[in-house]
Amino acid sequence: MKINILLFGVLTEVTGETQLQVDAENIHDLNDLHTWLVKKHPGLQDKTFQYAVNQAISSAGHPLQAGDEVALLPPFSGG
Amino acid sequence: MHLSNREKDRYQKHILLSEIGEQGQLKLKAARVLVIGAGGLGCPVLLYLVSAGVGNIGIVDDDVVSLSNLQRQVLYSTDTIGKHKADVAKEKLLAMNPEVQITTYTLRFSLKNAPDILKDYDLVMDCTDNLYTRYAINDSCIRADKPFIYGSIHRFEGQVALFNWRDKTGTKGASYRCLFPEAGEAPNCSEVGVIGVLPGIIGTYQAMEAIKVITGIGQPLSGKLLVVDTLYNTQRVIRINRNETIIEAVLKEKPELITEAAKTPVQSSGVQQITSRELRKLLANKADLYLIDVREGLHDEGIAYSHSTAIPYSHLAAYVDELMEENKVVVYCQSGRTSAMAATLLIDYGLPEVYNLVGGLNEWEKEKNKEVI
Repeated sequence: MKINILLFGVLTEVTGETQLQVDAENIHDLNDLHTWLVKKHPGLQDKTFQYAVNQAISSAGHPLQAGDEVALLPPFSGG
Repeated sequence: MHLSNREKDRYQKHILLSEIGEQGQLKLKAARVLVIGAGGLGCPVLLYLVSAGVGNIGIVDDDVVSLSNLQRQVLYSTDTIGKHKADVAKEKLLAMNPEVQITTYTLRFSLKNAPDILKDYDLVMDCTDNLYTRYAINDSCIRADKPFIYGSIHRFEGQVALFNWRDKTGTKGASYRCLFPEAGEAPNCSEVGVIGVLPGIIGTYQAMEAIKVITGIGQPLSGKLLVVDTLYNTQRVIRINRNETIIEAVLKEKPELITEAAKTPVQSSGVQQITSRELRKLLANKADLYLIDVREGLHDEGIAYSHSTAIPYSHLAAYVDELMEENKVVVYCQSGRTSAMAATLLIDYGLPEVYNLVGGLNEWEKEKNKEVI
């Protein structure tokens, strides 16, 4: 089973993707996911964004399981 | 306060709604709403709040209308180019609805002028186009205990939220800093494109939330962030908790939290401005200066010069030690705004002489074209 990852704003430009999937087997929490994401897309390292797990803003240690939806939300500055 | 027969006629369709009725319309009439930024988001917000009969509206904007605004800033027209947005907006809006009061502030909203302006309003609309003013709005609204409705856009995507709002039970919702504690990433220059309809969509969401908050109907976006992607027609509502530690820090004016917001671009002390023409002369004379392109993301090559480099604004702080060796540094970006902040940052770190290229590459290119002609 997979964890579904959604990317928004400038993060889609950095990664060239709007959605990603990762096998939940080795990803136990947001820390694991972050490590995996930054390895796959080093450009994310410098970016400001928040994680939302199943549509709630969540902090680094938040546990993850198969079927979770994780959104990466960057600030937008335009108006 | 009452509604005249003309007003009852004008707002007939509101009054027919059981959720609003005459009582709701009177609440709108009594409302005092400050709209900060009269650009892409501010235009639809103002158009709909004025049409809806919000009785007292303030408009804060120090900018003037330019041709490239007209693709999305629907209050303005070709013949108003060069005029102050706040003034043009007021005239257009009063022609639409003379029943409302409009006050204009042709200045840049900052932590400094905030208390004076905010005291006359009950609700704030964050329609700005840069992170610095957004943090200034957030922090000043927390201190003045006012709710604010945030809207922001990026290319085809938008975000909307109601922040710092006290619900009927007295519980307060999240603030912008509860979502993004620090302005970690630099606001991009205006080189990022935006689809013209998008601010119309996001701005009308903001206006809708304002009407809900004023009349007390429905469930406003307090503690929630609405994320809209217009390209794929997706919408998500993300829950955000209020972070009391962050709120306390803002209330106590902890400098490590407020420094970013306190910096207003351009007007910072110590930064010097240089025009395209002046820079061109200096480069032609092989002046001893270090030219830095501070644009973010992918972009074409900047101004060619023997002693130059590219360091995105968000990485600049890491290079300060190296740059300390330079006698004179000139920073530029696409529009001159990110570079103004970059210049401020370098001055704050103690660089002796820092110049910001006014109008950025936009002006630089114009100047170049002039020479060719």
